[in-house]
Amino acid sequence: MTPSAKFLAGGLAIFAALVYMIYAGLTQSAVYFITPSELQAAPVTGKDYRLGGMVLPGSVKWNPATLDLAFALSDGKASVPVRHRGTAPDLFGEGRGAVVEGSWTGDGYFKASQIMAKHSEDYKAPHGTPGDASYRDLLRTLKKDGTAR
Amino acid sequence: MGFGVAPREITQGNVQRIMYLHVPTAWVAYLAFGTVFVASVAYLWTRSAAADRLAQASAEAGVIFTGVTIAAGSIWGKPTWGTWWTWDARLTSVALLFVMYLGYLLLRGMIEERERAARYSAVLGIVAALDIPLVHFSVYWWRTLHQPPSLMKPGPATMPPVIVAALLVNVVAFTLLYAYFVAKRLRSLRLEEEALA
Repeated sequence: MTPSAKFLAGGLAIFAALVYMIYAGLTQSAVYFITPSELQAAPVTGKDYRLGGMVLPGSVKWNPATLDLAFALSDGKASVPVRHRGTAPDLFGEGRGAVVEGSWTGDGYFKASQIMAKHSEDYKAPHGTPGDASYRDLLRTLKKDGTAR
Repeated sequence: MGFGVAPREITQGNVQRIMYLHVPTAWVAYLAFGTVFVASVAYLWTRSAAADRLAQASAEAGVIFTGVTIAAGSIWGKPTWGTWWTWDARLTSVALLFVMYLGYLLLRGMIEERERAARYSAVLGIVAALDIPLVHFSVYWWRTLHQPPSLMKPGPATMPPVIVAALLVNVVAFTLLYAYFVAKRLRSLRLEEEALA
């Protein structure tokens, strides 16, 4: 194999990998996580999944003594009960997105081995930062009521 | 700006300040590899040695800034997402970007003959640039753990003006740092060539 043929082969390999990634993305055949609806449509007991959705408000049950965590992941149409032993990341919470790795047990719940929090692209300044619009609104209402000087 | 002016973000707290490093270095990585692409096309077109030097200098800086982006992102990901690394489309395509341009620098160093090194690396510099839009749009094309951009997107920014301002100051600062690195490296590459000639 001549050097130029080697480089050609290497270049083609990189090119093919890129084309595959674009193709897989456009056809959604390479999926990072599945939704609760997709899991419930065809659950396979014991198979490893990555499941993503919103933590259903009011569903989180946490026992700090045993580190048992239970909650439901929802995509608005279906919801899946999840159980986990261990702590969750700081941004994990009700009404927020989460991705869990684990398997479907066949006993009606998803056993998670890892919990990841998915956060949004929204960033907010806290109230009380001068220049923040909501802070100015707050001050204005206080003045109107005569409670702030 | 990131520490003194910008507020503590409401959900993430102080950890969110890593953004003021992560986002500007990611921006510079796009810019650097975009420059490699333009310089590579220019080299194949004109066979100018200056274009080839620009491609090399920019690729070297780009690899460093990509490395910083990945490291900062990883440190940010651990407390917020709960993991240092995960193979979602954004992280995978960035890892691919990093490895491809490392390979690009290896390829440059491996070939003795100057003109041939420039020609091969120009081809790789063009092919590898295909990954740049892949990285940027990965968060729209696939389901990912990484959130979509807050700034470089259609529609208004999803962050308050004070965070945008702090971020933009850092973007400008890191762009200048990149320009400084490239200018220094261009000079040393030119002197090297003159010494060899």
